[in-house]
Amino acid sequence: MTSKGITETQPPNPILRAETKFQPNLSKRYRIDGIFQTATIAALSIAMAVLAWLILDVLISGVGALDWQFLTSFPSRRPEDAGILAALAGTGWVMLLVAIFSFPIGVGSGLYLEEFSGDNWFSRFIEINISNLAGVPSIIYGLLGLTAFVFILGDLTGGRSILTGALTLTLLILPIIIVATREALRAVPDSIRQAGYALGGNTWQVIWSHTLPAAFPGILTGMILALSRAIGETAPLITIGALTFIPFLPEGPLSPFTVLPIQIYNWISRPQKDFHDIAASGIIVLLVVLLLMNSLAVFLRNRFQRVR
Amino acid sequence: MTSETPSREGHSLWQANYQSTKTIETIVRILCGFFAVISIATTAGIIGTLIFETIEFFNEVPFWRFLTDTRWTPLFASKQFGIFVLMSATLLTSTIAILVALPLGLFSAIYLSEYASPSVRKIFKPLLEVLAGIPSVVFGYFALLTVTPFLQGVFDFIRTPVEIPAWLNFLPFTNYYEPDYFLEIPFPYLEGFNALSAGLVLGISITPLVASLSEDAIYSVPQGLRDGAYALGATKRETIMAVVIPAALSGIVASIILAISRAVGETMIVTLAAGQNPNLGFNPFVPVMTMTAYIVQVSLGDTAVGTLPYKTIFAVGMTLFLMTLILNIFSFWFVRRFRERYE
Repeated sequence: MTSKGITETQPPNPILRAETKFQPNLSKRYRIDGIFQTATIAALSIAMAVLAWLILDVLISGVGALDWQFLTSFPSRRPEDAGILAALAGTGWVMLLVAIFSFPIGVGSGLYLEEFSGDNWFSRFIEINISNLAGVPSIIYGLLGLTAFVFILGDLTGGRSILTGALTLTLLILPIIIVATREALRAVPDSIRQAGYALGGNTWQVIWSHTLPAAFPGILTGMILALSRAIGETAPLITIGALTFIPFLPEGPLSPFTVLPIQIYNWISRPQKDFHDIAASGIIVLLVVLLLMNSLAVFLRNRFQRVR
Repeated sequence: MTSETPSREGHSLWQANYQSTKTIETIVRILCGFFAVISIATTAGIIGTLIFETIEFFNEVPFWRFLTDTRWTPLFASKQFGIFVLMSATLLTSTIAILVALPLGLFSAIYLSEYASPSVRKIFKPLLEVLAGIPSVVFGYFALLTVTPFLQGVFDFIRTPVEIPAWLNFLPFTNYYEPDYFLEIPFPYLEGFNALSAGLVLGISITPLVASLSEDAIYSVPQGLRDGAYALGATKRETIMAVVIPAALSGIVASIILAISRAVGETMIVTLAAGQNPNLGFNPFVPVMTMTAYIVQVSLGDTAVGTLPYKTIFAVGMTLFLMTLILNIFSFWFVRRFRERYE
């Protein structure tokens, strides 16, 4: 009360009043602030609400047809008999091969860029090249796979086979693994490397005994996230000609195949509603697999962080 | 000499085999270098195959027809090769997607970085990363079988004539049917395949990416800059708009450009929901065919090597590759030019 009284009784400063047009106008500014904050909350809520709608919608349509028979049957012309066994087996085969190919290549490239080569023109060139590759649409990798693995190397890969699909997806996720490996290696403190050198190790011995074990959780997390990207890829596999109707289990890497997303795509694009519902069931299976992989990645990250 | 260092002679079982460790290191170094070269070989392979097949394509179809034809009908008897037909569809769906993803993603990022409590941020940050990993075929299902019927319902509802009292007949769009006046808004009809719902869902699908990457950029702006703005008397919103966003601009623009190039190269959503009809123009209510949808259409059929349809998918792929390459180069340039460095 007293302070207010003082300001009121003070004569207005003539110089200030004459020379500045500044008006705090606080109430209006705070009102705009409030509107702005509400808008940011609304944006996040809208995005989350739509994504929740998507997941609920899939669950409601798909959960009815989801049973053991669905998981253990081959595709069929009648929706009630159709299942995803061939697609699950195809996805399993492709993912196994992708993991086998991409782990050594991705980690090796990351090691080369981060530990072996210095900052020379060659490593900078590879670096620019990798960030460019990460921006190439996945369907372009499909075109590369079609030419390189289906036609040029067709005698080795068996044409439109599991091996071709795995090689194409390996090239697609390599940039992700390389970037994750480099970040994990960069997070290892230099003191750990110096401890290895102090014991007389050379570069490779230090990497093998000190740097890699310390960076391994990070690398593994990146690897799992990259594989979960590959598992949902549809376009490149359609481009290399993965089939949509496979009423048998793949016998080996050179067998023709289908994968979960392609089977789902095939069911969505049919006109009958019953097929749409089993497409939703397939989506639930795909999302559960993805969720398990993501949880595994988070679990590994937390567990190893605690140990260190 | 041997008497001076007795431990070297028989007293220790350990023997340093320098030669073999050196050999192993050389082998590993060469192997890792070879693995690193694979990524260069991938780029070379992509560019090589695209250029080779595109040249083959232009040996059969003159370049000016590729640019000036107004229809895209390579699979029909009367062949036309107007790439702008496919490009217009891609631009249309990507534009709608960015109009959705830019405000939603950026505002979500601002909320999570500036307003949300740490515990809220801790929940939503990983959630965004998980949502960014939902396969596009799932969004395709959502666009075709949920959003399109929903929007059709909305459109039909708006189009339905509403009975109004006679004294309101000065309103636009009123029609007189015996015995009453009706308000009848001439709203378009939404087809089962359309660019609108494909674009909207495409936008929702890239929103988590924009939100997550922009949030990284905004969150890493040093607190000192915000404190400086508050000290000058700015409110929170003024601080965000005038200080934080400009400081994080290079990261935000990089995330938006990445999202645009995702939208341009996205395949399954537009193939499923936007349709397979090559229409020139920017009408979002009718079926269109994007560049990626065309590649899928040809790939699903049985196309032999060396035929004209086989070559067209590489010409279309080359166009797509160039578009994303230009976006990437612009992003590099922008980040390099406008990056703010803080210690």
